[in-house]
Amino acid sequence: MNAITVKNLTRKFGDFTAVDNVSFDVKRGEIFGFLGANGAGKTTVIKMLCGLLTSTSGNATVAGYDINTQPESIKRTIGYMSQKFSLYEDLTVSENLNFFGGVYGLNERDLNDRIAWAVEMAGLTDKKGALTGSLPVGWKQRLALGCALLHRPQVVFLDEPTGGVDPVSRRRFWDLIFTLAEEGVTVFVTTHYLDEAEYCNTIMLIHAGKIVAGGSPRQLKTEHIRYPMLEVNCTGIIESLNILQQQDWVIESSVFGTLLHVSVENEEAGSRKIKEVLSEHNITVHGIERIVPSLEDVFIHLTDKP
Amino acid sequence: MFSRIRSISIKEFRQVSRDTRSLGILIFIPAFMLLMFGYAVNFDVDDIALAVYDEDNSVQSRQLIDKFVHSGYFDLKYYLDSPREIDRLLDRELIRVAIVIPENFSNSIIRGEDVSIQVLIDGANASAAATVMGYTNTIVQDYSLDILSETMLTAKGTTFAPPIDYHPRVWYNPELRSPVFLIPGLIAFILMVTSAVSTSLSIVREKELGTMEQLAVSSIHPVELIIGKIMPFVLTSLISTVFILLGGYLLFGVGVAGSFLWLSLLVVLFLFVALGWGLLISTTSDTQQVAFMKALTTTMLPTFILSGFVFPIHNMPVAVQVITYIVPARYFLEALRAIMVKGVGGAVFWEQIIALLIFGFILVLVSTRRMKKQGYVTV
Ligand SMILES: Nc1ncnc2c1ncn2[C@@H]1O[C@H](COP(=O)(O)OP(=O)(O)OP(=O)(O)O)[C@@H](O)[C@H]1O
Ligand SMILES: [Mg+2]
Repeated sequence: MNAITVKNLTRKFGDFTAVDNVSFDVKRGEIFGFLGANGAGKTTVIKMLCGLLTSTSGNATVAGYDINTQPESIKRTIGYMSQKFSLYEDLTVSENLNFFGGVYGLNERDLNDRIAWAVEMAGLTDKKGALTGSLPVGWKQRLALGCALLHRPQVVFLDEPTGGVDPVSRRRFWDLIFTLAEEGVTVFVTTHYLDEAEYCNTIMLIHAGKIVAGGSPRQLKTEHIRYPMLEVNCTGIIESLNILQQQDWVIESSVFGTLLHVSVENEEAGSRKIKEVLSEHNITVHGIERIVPSLEDVFIHLTDKP
Repeated sequence: MFSRIRSISIKEFRQVSRDTRSLGILIFIPAFMLLMFGYAVNFDVDDIALAVYDEDNSVQSRQLIDKFVHSGYFDLKYYLDSPREIDRLLDRELIRVAIVIPENFSNSIIRGEDVSIQVLIDGANASAAATVMGYTNTIVQDYSLDILSETMLTAKGTTFAPPIDYHPRVWYNPELRSPVFLIPGLIAFILMVTSAVSTSLSIVREKELGTMEQLAVSSIHPVELIIGKIMPFVLTSLISTVFILLGGYLLFGVGVAGSFLWLSLLVVLFLFVALGWGLLISTTSDTQQVAFMKALTTTMLPTFILSGFVFPIHNMPVAVQVITYIVPARYFLEALRAIMVKGVGGAVFWEQIIALLIFGFILVLVSTRRMKKQGYVTV
């Protein structure tokens, strides 16, 4: 049973197609990661699914409701955390929770229960009376999540919830996402961080408005990168990259921090040729080893193509 | 439905009460304007230094001069022998008005012909000049009517135009000398400006912050949102109105002749229009700055100039008079003056009520449609 189905969804802004004929499914209770560079169209898709933006063509259902004809029903069953922090900074933590609970139409008892739950979940017990604007970003994001979950939505959309958040708070936020998924909530999350993508059950890669690949992290790595991937540790990274990119036996190459990732048809032959060609140019090779490609490799592989 | 509106209002009240600056403005502006307008008008009332150059020196010309002297506003300082002195006196600010009565004044009046008098006013202080002009106008018209009725008595059956042609274009409502007319105008002005500004700002701020999106995704109905949001502003506007009425009564002795029920109904109806205008502005602005400028420029001058607040509409050029029909404050002011001054009820100003209702509904309709189109409210 799918929590979300998307079929040929398209959104144009004037002549510009921000989302181009996108189709995918999200299974109930899974963590679904939506990945893409800036301007890829992630937010636009989410807004259409949440009923905040009309689609130009195509259709989609969320929790069984049609986005084009039943946006009201959708809104009652989803939680949404927008990319831009959108709580009231001049209200306190509990005032924000009270407000959103009231707007969702919770009755008094339910509201108090849920607020207590949200405060506990977000780890904000000592901060209930603090002005929201005075909290660190990571805390604000947990509060925003709490607000989005007050009415017990079946599906939550989190648009870059960890943007600008420190690593410890990021990890803590993801723990909350795991807990939600365990409770059966479907989590649709967008991110720039590829390490976070590894935590998802399913990933969908969107590039310039089009879906370029999708599947579990494991599937993506094995299906899309069929050639061995070598990690090269050498001096003069940029120069080496330029040299390797000119070789016709190099399938793909890219910089990873202070290392190079190079994919070749054959591990041993490739390794030997890399050493040869680089030493011809007086570049010292400290080491070459075969690695399991990371999602970043897959990402570059899929989006670097012209 | 009710609990959602309440949640929004509570939140809005909290935010307003924490934003001491705008709260101060909401409360301070009405009081300030009441004092400013009320006293500015009262201070200028008497002892306007006057010089007269009477070439005619007749019974009629002396009657006219007497009218000025006895009005209580003018102080006849100089009785001139030549028009040349006028410039000097005005320049040195020894006088603020000079009247020149031409030689043929009395003869023309007797023969029933049109006659002109010349009035020179020190224009350095524009608003004082306007006041002076207003008084002069009243007196001259008054005198014209005297003559007219006299002639009518002697020569029945013929129609006459007021015989004295008064030169300066009158821009000023002579009635304004009475705060009775000022207070209703002030109420209209303050309600229009503060409501439009505060509504549009409060909605555009939500857009700017992104919280509008968060609200839009919580199946809240636009009507619930709008009612909840404007509640605090309705309340502060009503409080302002009470303050102005109270101040007008205590400081200037202006009471309400008609029923308070009609007054409250009318004020609420006008608020509906003003808030609708703020709403429409909020749908056309993306930043608070833009909304503020739009709200201010579209409410302040029209309500001030084109509503009949300070300048009587019947004295405006026809083209301008036509424009006043699209200024909602015009209708409000007509009705409000009718209640406060004449003490009449809705039967008299039902046309104004209908006009305001039409304005309000069009504004709310257009803005909710625009909001929907922009995706802030459900389809
Ligand atoms: N209202 C709009 N009008 C015109 N163009 C828009 C509008 N909203 C988005 N776009 C364009 O559509 C494209 C996709 O935008 P979108 O916000 O969906 O990207 P994104 O994947 O969420 O990017 P980011 O990671 O920066 O949040 C961008 O090029 C953006 O400029
Ligand atoms: Mg985005």
